[in-house]
Amino acid sequence: MSDSLPPTWVDDVDASPGSAKPDPVLTVDGVTRRFGGLTAVDVEHVEIQRGAITALIGPNGAGKTTFFNLLTGFDKPDAGSWVYRPLTANGDGHREQKLNHMGAHNVTRAGVVRTFQLTKALSRLTVMDNMKLGATGQSGESMFKALIRPLWREQERQIEKRAISLLERFKLIDKRDDWAGTLSGGQRKLLEMARALMVQPQVIMLDEPMAGVNPALTQSLLVHVKELRADGMTVLFVEHDMDVVYDISDWVIVMAEGAIIAEGVPHAIGQDRRVIDAYLGAHHDAPLTDEEEERQFAEAQEVLESEEQVQ
Amino acid sequence: MNWEGILGAAARAAVGRDAVVFCLAAIGLNMHFGYTGLLNFGQAGFMAIGAYGLAVAVNTIGLPMWIGLIVGLAAAVVLALLLGVPTLRLRADYLAIVTIAAAEILRLTFRSVALRDVTGGSSGLTQFARDFYTINPYSSGTYGLWLVRVDERVAWVLTVGWGLVILLSLMMYLLMHSPWGRVIKSIREDEDAARSLGKNVYFYKMQSLILGGVIGAIAGFITSISSQSVQPDTYSTPVTFFAYVILILGGTARIFGPIAGAMIFWALLSLTNSVLRAAVAPDGPLPGLLSGTQIGQVRFVLVGVSLMLLMIFRPQGIFGDRKELALDER
Ligand SMILES: Nc1ncnc2c1ncn2[C@@H]1O[C@H](COP(=O)(O)OP(=O)(O)OP(=O)(O)O)[C@@H](O)[C@H]1O
Ligand SMILES: [Mg+2]
Repeated sequence: MSDSLPPTWVDDVDASPGSAKPDPVLTVDGVTRRFGGLTAVDVEHVEIQRGAITALIGPNGAGKTTFFNLLTGFDKPDAGSWVYRPLTANGDGHREQKLNHMGAHNVTRAGVVRTFQLTKALSRLTVMDNMKLGATGQSGESMFKALIRPLWREQERQIEKRAISLLERFKLIDKRDDWAGTLSGGQRKLLEMARALMVQPQVIMLDEPMAGVNPALTQSLLVHVKELRADGMTVLFVEHDMDVVYDISDWVIVMAEGAIIAEGVPHAIGQDRRVIDAYLGAHHDAPLTDEEEERQFAEAQEVLESEEQVQ
Repeated sequence: MNWEGILGAAARAAVGRDAVVFCLAAIGLNMHFGYTGLLNFGQAGFMAIGAYGLAVAVNTIGLPMWIGLIVGLAAAVVLALLLGVPTLRLRADYLAIVTIAAAEILRLTFRSVALRDVTGGSSGLTQFARDFYTINPYSSGTYGLWLVRVDERVAWVLTVGWGLVILLSLMMYLLMHSPWGRVIKSIREDEDAARSLGKNVYFYKMQSLILGGVIGAIAGFITSISSQSVQPDTYSTPVTFFAYVILILGGTARIFGPIAGAMIFWALLSLTNSVLRAAVAPDGPLPGLLSGTQIGQVRFVLVGVSLMLLMIFRPQGIFGDRKELALDER
């Protein structure tokens, strides 16, 4: 798949908040979450396209992390519901499953996994144990079977194989026997993402996965994220770095003050008036009137022209 | 000074009944605190309910002893459920408060006048473990090595006690080197991370609380069987804290931690006691400096000081790993 060409489905979708998608894997309705007087999340309707990379952006405090917490069962909404439509095991159809009221671990088992903005490496477990923990359906995780090694040795070997190949991908293989607590901040981000992939999810929700990762590694991570899409996974990620958003996302959803204020393809979203206002907010030197705007525009043009003359 | 006598007493203390009892109690706490990160401050309560479950079943109800043992274990499971259901979904400190209170409630209930017909009130119950001694394979005589000589009854208690220590330590080893143990340790590190990976944290914490509590009840069995009596005040709060001291001394989240901790702790206590006694004896270097009761108090001060020194120079305990401990500080 070419990186630069947008997928075709985006042409058929309205660039408006809450627009319908051709094949939504998640459909969210009327979700609100209040903390005292503050409404942290107030999402009327949003759909996440299956197999796409969707970016969730918005200023600090917009409610992105809270929204993630709600969707993944780490927080309870005051109202609202959301439906998940996973592919069936043979991949030729899908079921509908309500995810609200489900505990966090059940959401993960259903196939929706998330990572955390503040990384949660399990410090006093080795990197390899961190990875193995991510695998679901382990028979050795039952207390009685745990005592009888032959019952889970073979499965453990399979899991380890999968872990090794992911660790290689994420450049952590040399650290496999180190305690996760000895990793750097960026390495912990990588480990958390790799560990989430051990779950073999259908939807992966990444909260600022690139924060603190060095630029070279970010590039290779972006490639991995695109590979996830190629494998048919749905990726929903929060990111402040607009270059990253432009680079990998198929679709962008913008949140501000708890609500979804805009949706669209990446290159269009940067020009959206509402988005610029939301980001710049009160600090933005917004022109007060039309005349004022004209005047600022004229000033800016003068500056540009004078610079051209200098050259 | 009679060094042979002093060392003999210390060696007896290191393998004696108290060492084995506290070792078992600390193995249970290691499950709770060392591996899962659960703050159980009521291990004395689990010991008490095991001991009383056995004594009441045999003495008051008249059941055979082996059923009494099952009653004691079942009572520990019920206690763990009662403590865990309301608290394990909450922050860690709630379990601490509830367990410390529950252990005291149990002790006060067992010694209450109203229950004298059932639990024997403050004087407790006696003679419920005859079946245990009738199957004693040792014929009468003294047994042991070097300075440690015990009679056939004590030998039988210690054989069973240390046998259980070995068995349970082996079980803990297998559990902690399995995927189940991995989940348990991940809960200690970060509950939310474990949940995000699809683990039912509440369920695992409950399993851990039950398992560690049942091991506590087994410690209660040895306590009560060895003296053929249960008394409520045997199971007061300091018992739990001694078990914590032993666990931390030996090294938390280590299989050998509770064993080394218990042996060293009781040997140290005996050693300070005998050395002080010899020192203040009429023919000692400091005759009459301390009275008998003062010795009892001063030796705890000395043990406290040596534990402080240990924590300063070896905070990870005997078997712990200092580098691992330092990970918390990042
Ligand atoms: N547990 C909480 N109690 C009270 N207020 C909270 C809580 N969690 C979040 N909030 C508030 O909800 C709002 C949204 O927070 P959230 O963390 O979701 O923002 P965000 O979009 O993820 O921001 P950032 O980009 O900085 O991570 C903020 O105003 C925050 O103060
Ligand atoms: Mg956030």
